[in-house]
Amino acid sequence: MRRKIVNALAVLLLGAVFATIALAYQERQFLRPLAEFYVTQTPTMLGLPNIVTGILITWRGFDTLGEVAVLFMVAASVGLLLRETGETQTHSNPQTRPAGEIVTSGAATLLPPIFLFGAYVIANGHLSAGGGFQGGAIVASGVVLLLLARPRAELPLGFLAITESLAGVFYVLLGIAGIVFAGGFLDSRFLPAGQFGAFISAGAIPAISILLGIKVGAELSVVVDRFRR
Amino acid sequence: MGISVSHLALVTGFLLCLIGVWGLLSNRHILRIIISFSLLDTGVHIVLVATGYITGATAPILDEALGPGAAALHSVDPIPSALVVTAIVIGFSVTAVMLAYAIRLYRAKGTLDIDAFTESKG
Repeated sequence: MRRKIVNALAVLLLGAVFATIALAYQERQFLRPLAEFYVTQTPTMLGLPNIVTGILITWRGFDTLGEVAVLFMVAASVGLLLRETGETQTHSNPQTRPAGEIVTSGAATLLPPIFLFGAYVIANGHLSAGGGFQGGAIVASGVVLLLLARPRAELPLGFLAITESLAGVFYVLLGIAGIVFAGGFLDSRFLPAGQFGAFISAGAIPAISILLGIKVGAELSVVVDRFRR
Repeated sequence: MGISVSHLALVTGFLLCLIGVWGLLSNRHILRIIISFSLLDTGVHIVLVATGYITGATAPILDEALGPGAAALHSVDPIPSALVVTAIVIGFSVTAVMLAYAIRLYRAKGTLDIDAFTESKG
């Protein structure tokens, strides 16, 4: 009972803080200077219509690289935490029931469109809403559906690990190419900007986006697969 | 001026945060704590995106409807959107690690009630 009162008090106090913020909040009418810089300079300097992708992949590309490193560490640490220890008996569900008719046929119908949509979102990240992270997550959700439909399916973990590492290596190599041929690490302007809004345009951004998508998709699939056993 | 869209999103995000904090504090089951954490996380994302809204603006993607000249006036702040993409991925990572720990704790004690894990209580 006492714990409940303390909890309610804490939530109420936090609610009071939030309420003052929400009451004082005024919808802004203009962009802040930094945002205005990004919005006006991204199309001209990088030749890229999608400003969010420009921020993620070029302006703040180093952060994105660090974030991918975080994902990699999570995949590694989840594997470490969930590895079969000798003393506990294996809980790897002795008789897995096969998936139902609806799930299997649904997966058979939906998997190709899901993977295609993921590839589309990854490849068009520089033109419309999307990008490496989003498309990678879509691909990984397709993998989840695959694992639900076929619980005994084995993912090609070695292949995924090699693909993911190669994507990471090429990502860093593209970043270094930015140092050598353009203004700095992960500067995408060492490839020609091309025609604004065309599929192959915006320098190295599509390439980086695709590598990012491959890496994120492989890592999320590995993380999901680790939780299965 | 009445209630704007971003105000509504902001308040919704804050409410989700509060529900998450309440769940974190009052639940004793580890999976429920993890779900509460995810709610809190989602609430913060909604608040962040809401603060990037500019009145009457649209997504910061240039096309025929939003030329380079109009973009500075009619696009939302792209920085919170970019930050939230990052935050969603990190939130996923943290959730995955928490779930892995939950599985380890269950293997050790056969229960997910947090009251069963008192050895490390200071």
